[in-house]
Amino acid sequence: MDINIRNLSKQYGTQKAVDDISFDVKTGEILGFLGPNGAGKTTTMKMVTSFLTPNNGEILIGGISVNENPDQIKKLIGYLPEHNPLYHDMAIYDYLKFCAELHNIPKNKIDDRINQMIDVCGLDQEKHKYIGELSKGYRQRVGLAQAMIHDPEVLILDEPTTGLDPNQIVEIRKLIRELGKEKTVVLSTHILPEVEATCDRILIINKGKIVANGSAESLKKQSSGNESLIIKIEDGDNNQIFSALQSLGSVALVDFADRSNNKFEIQSKEELSSKRDIFNLCVQNNWILTEMRVIEENLEEIFSSLTKN
Amino acid sequence: MNTIWIIAKRELNAFFDSLIAYIMLVLFLGFSGFFTWLFGSDIFILGQANLNVFFNISSWTLFFFIPAITMKMIADEKKSGTMELILTKPVSDWQFVSGKYLACLMLIAIALLFSLPYYVTVSNLGNIDHGAVWSGYLALLLLSSAYIAIGLFASSVTNNQIVAFLLALFISLFFHLIFDFLAYDILGSIGLILNTLSTQYHFDSLSRGVIDSKDLIYFLSLTGLGLFLSNLALRQRNTSN
Repeated sequence: MDINIRNLSKQYGTQKAVDDISFDVKTGEILGFLGPNGAGKTTTMKMVTSFLTPNNGEILIGGISVNENPDQIKKLIGYLPEHNPLYHDMAIYDYLKFCAELHNIPKNKIDDRINQMIDVCGLDQEKHKYIGELSKGYRQRVGLAQAMIHDPEVLILDEPTTGLDPNQIVEIRKLIRELGKEKTVVLSTHILPEVEATCDRILIINKGKIVANGSAESLKKQSSGNESLIIKIEDGDNNQIFSALQSLGSVALVDFADRSNNKFEIQSKEELSSKRDIFNLCVQNNWILTEMRVIEENLEEIFSSLTKN
Repeated sequence: MNTIWIIAKRELNAFFDSLIAYIMLVLFLGFSGFFTWLFGSDIFILGQANLNVFFNISSWTLFFFIPAITMKMIADEKKSGTMELILTKPVSDWQFVSGKYLACLMLIAIALLFSLPYYVTVSNLGNIDHGAVWSGYLALLLLSSAYIAIGLFASSVTNNQIVAFLLALFISLFFHLIFDFLAYDILGSIGLILNTLSTQYHFDSLSRGVIDSKDLIYFLSLTGLGLFLSNLALRQRNTSN
């Protein structure tokens, strides 16, 4: 079920939380929602789930307008809100039953469905405990279980892996990937490797506006621009090497990365690669090239360059 | 309707899982029983086989207890974020508030049910007017309904339980006492309006055994208004962060 968002805006008083954003999420796609705190991620998710009403714009889920038919939309969505609110005075089993009843799951299927969720989310040993007694990681699992109890077409997860230990994170990511094959998943997170590991597409939002939209690879390619390399050349005088490198046609800039070890950082000219030229240069001068690697801009750098002012 | 019942059922379970329900029942029956049977102008001093003393005392105990029950109903859910969880499931604001209202009303009804032995006892002591007793119970239930709605409204405008409690008590106090007092001093049409606004006026006429549609409409509209305003207050999540 596709999500189409058109010109969505939300204002609190004079503060624009979400400012005219548009994007689509397709069935079978996992969209990672990134952004610094207060960028408007949570507000957008609250609007998609019909908890908040936008000031402007339209949200369509499977072609149905969220504003006009909230009752219909709510049945299609599974939502894990920020901070994972839960009734601490309920036992896990009772709580999941309560959620299943609200979703109008037929009485004879409720038990099956709860057991399935308990199984999938690894809650079996804890199922009769009160939610208030659980550790943060288990509460997070309960939050995920209630979001998935009615087998929704669309999953909206606000920071699904906070508070989980590394093993649980891997499990939950695997689960999300599994679900993402058939369903539409939107998740927000602060953990950048998580987006790379789970999401098909990344949306970076800052101050209510979309600043980047694409797969992790395409974002890296877009932002890096010119090729930059680290090379290490042995058996040569570093000043001599420096000037030889600088005189290569494809090299824009040479810098010492580590003077004593003959390490250099090289920026290639626009649209050119200097790797071949450097190799040939070394061969001509009988220098030994012991290291050459492309510096890839990682997601952290892209993120901070897009969201810092 | 089914959704409202699911929410109400959860609230009722929460009442009985915690001590709230039991404390409420014990205190309600303790207070009203003490003043009905043992102290002040109790039944034996009045020497009449009716439950007027009980109804009168109960109206006061409920006046204090209902804000204590309603204060956490919405304020707490707003604070912990569970309201967002429920309202993003197939539940409308209206169903959410109504479920809470129904749970509170049922708790009060259970408390009143436990006072039925008083009725049985008094009816064995003398000739009791059965109609008056039932309309007295109806009056208590309607009074509670109005105060629950006011309490829920107070709980929906804040996420602090203490504020919700005090605000509910403050608003209810006007209906319970202040309008009545003012009506004594102010003559003319304003005095008349104030008198009609007071819950005491309608409660008294009902508990005397006169079921007048005017009184029913009064309590039901007060309930409706309270619930309507609670709904309106829930919409404020859209304007403040």
